[in-house]
Amino acid sequence: MWEYTDKVKDHFLHPRNAGEIEDPDGMGEVGSLACGDALKLTFKLDEQKRIQDVKFKTFGCGSAIASSSALTEMVKGMTLEEAEKVTNQDIADYLGGLPKEKMHCSVMGRDALEKAIAHYRGEPEKKLEGEIVCECFGVTDVEIERAVRENNLTAVEDITDYTKAGGGCESCHDKIQEIIDKVHGKAHVVHRPPPGLTNIQKIKLIQETLEREIKPSLKQDGGDIELVDVDGNTVLVKLRGTCATCVASQVTLKHYVQSKLREMVTPELVVEEVQ
Amino acid sequence: MKVIYTDNNATTQVAPEVLEEMLPYFHDLYGNPSSMHTFGGQVAGKLKEARQRVAGLIGATADEILFTSCGTESDNTAIRAAIASQPHKKHVITTRVEHPAVKNLCEHLDGHGYRVTFLPVDRQGRLDLEPLYKALSHDTAIVSIMWANNETGVIFPVDEIARVVRERGVVFHTDAVQAVGKVPIDTKHFPVDMLSLSGHKLHAPKGVGALYVRKGTKFSPFLIGGHQEKGRRGGTENVASIIGLGKACELALEHLEEENERVRYLRDKLEDGILERISNAMVNGDREHRLPNTTSISFEYVEGEAILLMMNEFNICASSGSACTSGSLEPSHVLRAMGVPFTAAHGSIRFSLSINNTEEEVDFIIDKLPPIIERLRELSPFWTDSKTAAAVCS
Repeated sequence: MWEYTDKVKDHFLHPRNAGEIEDPDGMGEVGSLACGDALKLTFKLDEQKRIQDVKFKTFGCGSAIASSSALTEMVKGMTLEEAEKVTNQDIADYLGGLPKEKMHCSVMGRDALEKAIAHYRGEPEKKLEGEIVCECFGVTDVEIERAVRENNLTAVEDITDYTKAGGGCESCHDKIQEIIDKVHGKAHVVHRPPPGLTNIQKIKLIQETLEREIKPSLKQDGGDIELVDVDGNTVLVKLRGTCATCVASQVTLKHYVQSKLREMVTPELVVEEVQ
Repeated sequence: MKVIYTDNNATTQVAPEVLEEMLPYFHDLYGNPSSMHTFGGQVAGKLKEARQRVAGLIGATADEILFTSCGTESDNTAIRAAIASQPHKKHVITTRVEHPAVKNLCEHLDGHGYRVTFLPVDRQGRLDLEPLYKALSHDTAIVSIMWANNETGVIFPVDEIARVVRERGVVFHTDAVQAVGKVPIDTKHFPVDMLSLSGHKLHAPKGVGALYVRKGTKFSPFLIGGHQEKGRRGGTENVASIIGLGKACELALEHLEEENERVRYLRDKLEDGILERISNAMVNGDREHRLPNTTSISFEYVEGEAILLMMNEFNICASSGSACTSGSLEPSHVLRAMGVPFTAAHGSIRFSLSINNTEEEVDFIIDKLPPIIERLRELSPFWTDSKTAAAVCS
């Protein structure tokens, strides 16, 4: 038996805003009978363009119904700009948490909301973005990447819990692992900048490399690094933690930080320490 | 609130008589049956009695009964024994609707040097015997086909299958975990070589099972260890549970008639009552050839876990073949093998009764279920569509 919180049980047994709004301003449908869960979300806006009324119809398990009900309670009264910031984690949090295997129910809620907002704005039905990775549940690499980023997922089974991808024949597990590795920068995907990198692109890439590659490994030794400025090809940094007092810090700086940045950003970079 | 337990294919309540016979062997009579002293020896005597009682339920002799820890161990032992004792044979035949204890083992073998034929079933869950007979070859080490299906209760013609398989000189094993105690089984007349049974499905405790091995069947132990079970299964015996299993088998023999009359009546009443009151509902499986206690009913356009959770509010216990209940994302492999459409597979509920159920309980379920389904259908985005579609079609 699943360990559902009292709030999940309450929203399942006493769903709020069940039904369908006639002539809605926005409507979003996700899921299918074959997949085992589906959600139809409809909303109406008031004069201030806030969500005045919102209703759901859900086919699915207890947590799917509870997630839909929670979502409607959360977004009522919000502007669309506010509503589109609601994440699947927010829905799960509102319910006091969902069993890990049921997180895909909260993702379904978020997806339906997004579709309904796009429908209201008259945006064309989004074409399937990316390529299908999981044939069983029709999940694309773009969706998987997004789930990995937004929920900081690290294992294939997490992806299955959040997106269902990999939950059928399991033949796509290797591909999912590749995507996870790519997002976390583990794979040997070289983000070499194209020639003619703009300053902004360069700074962003330096920041990303520092965050993703350099900081984690310095932190293992109790050290840390902060980006102060980028002047042309000179990267100004401050060393912190144990690095700040370490006699070998200059070696670290030149041999590790500089060569990593040169590898990932551009070979012309020079790293200087600011005291 | 009283618990209405209709999930007896999952597990059963230990019968009071069973518990009573077991209790002395936890504390007072704790001797090891292998010991040379009288204190342990008396336990060995009780084990012997249990072995006879288990044999008695299935028409076997005591030395054909091997005690195990569960149905899964019995199944694994049987299949492993057949392939280990015939190392030159590399083919296994089974069905697509077996319990995971057989199915997953066979899938594992499939990737490890064996060729496995998974026989299909039809929409009613019935087995077509032609493909089975065609698949038999000199290379076939074992055919393992369940006696009765745990999800639908559908009974396979094991007698006929066993005869043909044996004539071809191939070992035949049947997982009879759901059948033992519910339908008459006589190994004197059904020529099976090996048969698995499990204690907790027939009012004995969990953690004990048995494997029937026909005298003369080639065997190779799965658990290698001491001399217990005549060297066919190492490990100190689970004494109290084995004694419990013995008593449960004795009781099952006594209750076989009640199981096939009163329990069958209750099951039919429940099934008919539900189908009468709820539209777009259908029974999964061949109603003619079924265990007397089981019914699997699909409710279109609603999801099984949601139904179970709502029934749970009334303390009604059942189970579902839906994806969500298993923790997997796909509906049961049995319903999929039968070709049950997705509209129905996700909304399947299995009720499995026992002699402990009463008519009042059945009436209670018939009363409580229709509003539950109606409520969930009101929430379902497909329900209105389907009603409209039906209206347009007619």
